[in-house]
Amino acid sequence: MSKILDAKIPSGPLADKWDRHEMECPLVAPANRRKFTIIMVGTGLAGGGAAATLGELGYNVLNFCVQDTSRRAHSVAAQGGINASKNYQNDGDSVERLFYDTVKGGDYRSREANVYRLSQLSMGIIDQCVAMGVPFAREYGGTLANRSFGGVQVSRTFYARGQTGQQLLLGVYSALSRQIAAGTVKMFPRHEMLDLVVVDGKARGIVCRDLVTGEMKRYAADAVVLATGGYSPVFYLSTNAVNCSATAIWRAYKRGALFANPCYTQIHPTAIPQLGDYQSKLTLMSESLRNDGRMWVPKAPGDKRRPADIPEGERDYFLERRYPAFGNLVPRDIAARASKVECDAGKGVGNTGFAVYLDFADAIKRLGRDVVADRYGNLFTMYEEIIADDPYHTPMMIYPAPHYTMGGLWVDYNLESTIPGLFVAGEANFSDHGANRLGASALMQGCADGYFVVPRVVAGYLARGGLGKVTTEHDAFGAVEDEVRRRYDALLAVKGSRTVRDFHWDLGRVMWDKVGMDRDKAGLEAAIARIRELREAYWHDVKVPGDAADFNKQLEMAGRVADFLELGELMAMDALAREESCGGHFRAEHHTPEGEARRDDENFMHVAAWEHKGDGQAPARHVEPLVYENIEVKTRSYK
Amino acid sequence: MSEMTIHLKIWRQARGEAKGRFVDYTVEKVLPEMSFLETLDLLNEELTRQGQQPVEFDSDCREGICGTCGLVIKGTAHGPNPKTTTCEVRMRHFRDGETITVEPFRAGPFPILKDLVVDRTAFDRIQQQGGFVAANVGSAPDGNAVPIPKLDADKAMDAASCIGCGACVAACPNASASLFVSAKISQLSYLPQGGPERGRRALLMIGQMDREGFGDCSNHGECEAVCPKEISIENIARMRREFFKGALGGHDRKAATGD
Ligand SMILES: Cc1cc2nc3c(=O)[nH]c(=O)nc-3n(C[C@H](O)[C@H](O)[C@H](O)COP(=O)(O)OP(=O)(O)OC[C@H]3O[C@@H](n4cnc5c(N)ncnc54)[C@H](O)[C@@H]3O)c2cc1C
Ligand code: SF4
Ligand code: FES
Repeated sequence: MSKILDAKIPSGPLADKWDRHEMECPLVAPANRRKFTIIMVGTGLAGGGAAATLGELGYNVLNFCVQDTSRRAHSVAAQGGINASKNYQNDGDSVERLFYDTVKGGDYRSREANVYRLSQLSMGIIDQCVAMGVPFAREYGGTLANRSFGGVQVSRTFYARGQTGQQLLLGVYSALSRQIAAGTVKMFPRHEMLDLVVVDGKARGIVCRDLVTGEMKRYAADAVVLATGGYSPVFYLSTNAVNCSATAIWRAYKRGALFANPCYTQIHPTAIPQLGDYQSKLTLMSESLRNDGRMWVPKAPGDKRRPADIPEGERDYFLERRYPAFGNLVPRDIAARASKVECDAGKGVGNTGFAVYLDFADAIKRLGRDVVADRYGNLFTMYEEIIADDPYHTPMMIYPAPHYTMGGLWVDYNLESTIPGLFVAGEANFSDHGANRLGASALMQGCADGYFVVPRVVAGYLARGGLGKVTTEHDAFGAVEDEVRRRYDALLAVKGSRTVRDFHWDLGRVMWDKVGMDRDKAGLEAAIARIRELREAYWHDVKVPGDAADFNKQLEMAGRVADFLELGELMAMDALAREESCGGHFRAEHHTPEGEARRDDENFMHVAAWEHKGDGQAPARHVEPLVYENIEVKTRSYK
Repeated sequence: MSEMTIHLKIWRQARGEAKGRFVDYTVEKVLPEMSFLETLDLLNEELTRQGQQPVEFDSDCREGICGTCGLVIKGTAHGPNPKTTTCEVRMRHFRDGETITVEPFRAGPFPILKDLVVDRTAFDRIQQQGGFVAANVGSAPDGNAVPIPKLDADKAMDAASCIGCGACVAACPNASASLFVSAKISQLSYLPQGGPERGRRALLMIGQMDREGFGDCSNHGECEAVCPKEISIENIARMRREFFKGALGGHDRKAATGD
C-alpha cells in the first residue's frame, strides 16, 4: 500500500519555523554529551562540518571516509562558489529572494520549509567560514567579493578563486583536526561503510571494510548520520571523483530507508566533452564561466570550419536567442538541454559533433586578458592541459555531463530518514533542490546541514531518550557482518571473464542514452530490461582479482558497481513513473510547443519515495505531497 | 590519434613486505590524449584479464585538486611537467616506445602500504597540532566585520592552495615537510583571524613535524620545483619567522620539541 509521508514540518509562519523548532528541540546537558556516540559517515562539508560541530559540543563522534584523509572528500573539487543571501552587493538580495530562486530553480519540486531554512542559514555559513580562516576573494576595500551564477539575477556567490570547495573543505578539515586533537572526534580514513545495522527498529551501527587490511569492522552508536555525497558515477563518466558511490545510502535503502526521487539528476552543461572510451571521468568547467563566456554553435548544420573562420553572422548564440532575459545564465538543466538540441540537429562541433563553443573573445576584449585570467585562470590551464588548446585564443569546447544527484534518501524536516536514528545530510539526501539544483547551492546545503542543522536535530533525537545500550556484540551486528562478507566473497568467487570496469562502462552507456538528458517510455523500459540483464551477467561473469583480506581497489569498485547496477534500475523506474517533465527530468512525451519542460502539477506535485521490498520484488512508490503556501507556483520561465 | 606503445617499470611491493622491486610492463594502444592514470587503468584491466595482480595506486578527483594521487614518474614527483599533479599528466608528453619508471612517494614518514600507495597520515597529525583557527560554530561575527586587504587575502589564498599531496616531501633529499607545513602556517598568518594563535601554532606544528621524522630544510628548493600548486619557498622563511616569534613570545616550547 502506498503511504503518505509526513515531513514533520513545524507549524507557524515560514520565517519562524526553524527558530521555533530550535527552541523546541530538547537539549542534552553538556556533561551528558560525551556519553553519546554518533557515527558520522562522510567528511565532506556536510559530514565533516557536522562531526566537527558535534565534537565542539562535546559529543563522542566516530567519523569515516574512504579517502586516505578527510581533507580529500569530494567537496574539495567544487570550483565556482557558494551562495548566501547577504545582499553585500546591495542588488536587492534577501532570504526571501534566495528562497524564491531556489524553489523556482528546482521547478517547484522542493519543500518550502527546507529551502527557507537553507536561505536563512546561508548567511551564517559565510560568517563562520571567514572566522575559520577561509580565504574568500575580496575587493580592494577589504570586503568580500561576489559573482553571479546561473538562474538568478543577483550577485550572491562567494568564492575562493576557482577552488571554493577546496577552501571550504579545508575549513572543515581544520575544525575536524582541532576536535581530533581534543579527543572528541575519532577519524577513520580508508574505511568504507558497507552496511547499516538496525537494532529494535533504530539505526545503531555500521559495518565497514578497512580498505588497507581488508578487515571487516563493526561500530556501534546512538545515532548514525550518512553524509556520503552523490551517485553520479552510476553514469560511469561524470564530473565526480572516481570513488564517489551510492553504496552507503543504497545499503541503508535496502535496510528500510526510503529513497526519494532517484531519477532527479543534474546534467551539467559545461564539462570538457568526452574524447574516447579509455576515459575515467569528465572534467567540469565551472558554471561561473558562463558569467563571461558566450555559448554558440554554427548556424548551419555540419559546418566544420575552425571557429575563427565562422563570421559573427553565421553563429547562433542559442541561449541568448532563446532566453533573452537570462541569456547564458539560464539554469543548468535548460542550458544542458539546449546544447543537446543543437548537437542533435547536427550543429555540434569538434570531432565527435557532441560539443558546443564557450567563447571568451568578447570578455577578453571588454575586461582585458588579466581580469579574465584572474577569474578563470586555473580553469583555462586545466582545459589546455586536457585539450591542448588555448581558450584565450580559441573558444572552449564543452558538452553536458552527469554532475549532481538531487535524489537521495528521503528525510523529514529533521533530516531523519524513515529509519529512526538514521540521519542523512548533504548531497546524499534529497531535501532541498527539487528537480534541479542551482549553481553554488550544494556547498551552501552541505555547510548548512553540517554546521547548523545536523548538530541541532541529532541532539534533539538523543535528548528524547529511549536508547538502550547496544554494543557490537549484539546479534544484529554479527548477522549484518556475515551478509557483507558473503557478498564480497561471492564477488571474488565469480572468477568470470569481464572486468568490473567493463560492466560499469556498459551500465553507464545505458544510463546516459536512456536515463539521461531526455527520457521516454520505450527507452526507460528498455533500460530496465538491459540493466537487469547486466546485473544478472555481473554476478556470473565478473572477474575480480586478489583477496578480500588485502588492499584491493578492484574489489572496492566491484562492491560499488554491484550497487550501481541496482540503483540504475530504480532511477529508470522512477523516471518512468513520473509522467511529466520537471527540472533535470525531461520526458520526451511532455513538453511545450517550444520544447520546454511541461510539468503536471495536478498529478505530480509530490516527492516520490521508494521502499525496498526485497531482492527481485518490485519496490513500492510512496508520496509526500508538496504544498506551496508562500510561493506562487508558476511555469518556470527564463525568457 | 596515433597509438603509442609505452614501457613501464613499476615499483611493486606487497602489503606488509619490507622490500619491493621494479617489474616491467608494456602497454599498447596508448593515445596521446589519455592521462597517465588512465594508462595505468588500461594496464590494470589487462593484468586483471590475464589473472595477474593489478598495480595499486591512489587517485580520486582526477583533476588536480584533491591531492590523492602521487607518483614519482621518470624520477620526478608528479612527473616531468611543472605545476601538474600525477592525475593531470597526459601521455602526449611521452614518446612512442619510451620506458617510464613509476615509483611511490618515498620518505621515511610515508610508509608504503602496497605497490604505489603510501600512508601520509603524518600530515594529518601535524595539522591536528595547530593548523586551525579555534572558532566554534555559532560565535562568528559578520563576514565583513573585519576588512582584509585584497593583497593579504590573495597571499593567504596562494598558500591555502596546497593540496597536501606530499610531493614536496618525496622530492626533498632530507624528506622535509617544510613546504607543506609552512603553507598552512603562512595562510593563517596573513589573516587577522589566525592572529591570536600564531606563535603557538608554529611551535606546535613544527614540533610535530620533527616528531614524525621529517628532516630539516636545507634550502635545496626541490620542493618548490615539484609542487603542483606553486607553493612558494618564501613560505618557509615566513614559517621560520613565525617560529621565532612564537619561541620569543614564551609559548609552550615543551610541547613543540616533544621533550
Ligand atoms: C567538479 C564539481 C564541482 C562542483 N562545484 C560546485 C560549486 O561550485 N558550488 C556548489 O555549490 N556545488 C558544487 N558542486 C557540488 C558539491 O561539491 C557537492 O554536492 C557537495 O560538495 C557534496 O558535499 P557532501 O558533504 O554532501 O559530500 P562529499 O563531499 O562528496 O563527501 C562524501 C563523503 O562521504 C564519504 N563516503 C562516501 N561513501 C562512503 C562509504 N560507503 N563509507 C565511508 N565513507 C563514505 C567520502 O569519503 C566523503 O568523505 C560541484 C561538484 C563537482 C563534482
Ligand atoms: S606544498 Fe605543494 S607539494 Fe607540498 S603538499 Fe602542498 S601542494 Fe603538495
Ligand atoms: S586524483 Fe585528485 S589530485 Fe590527482
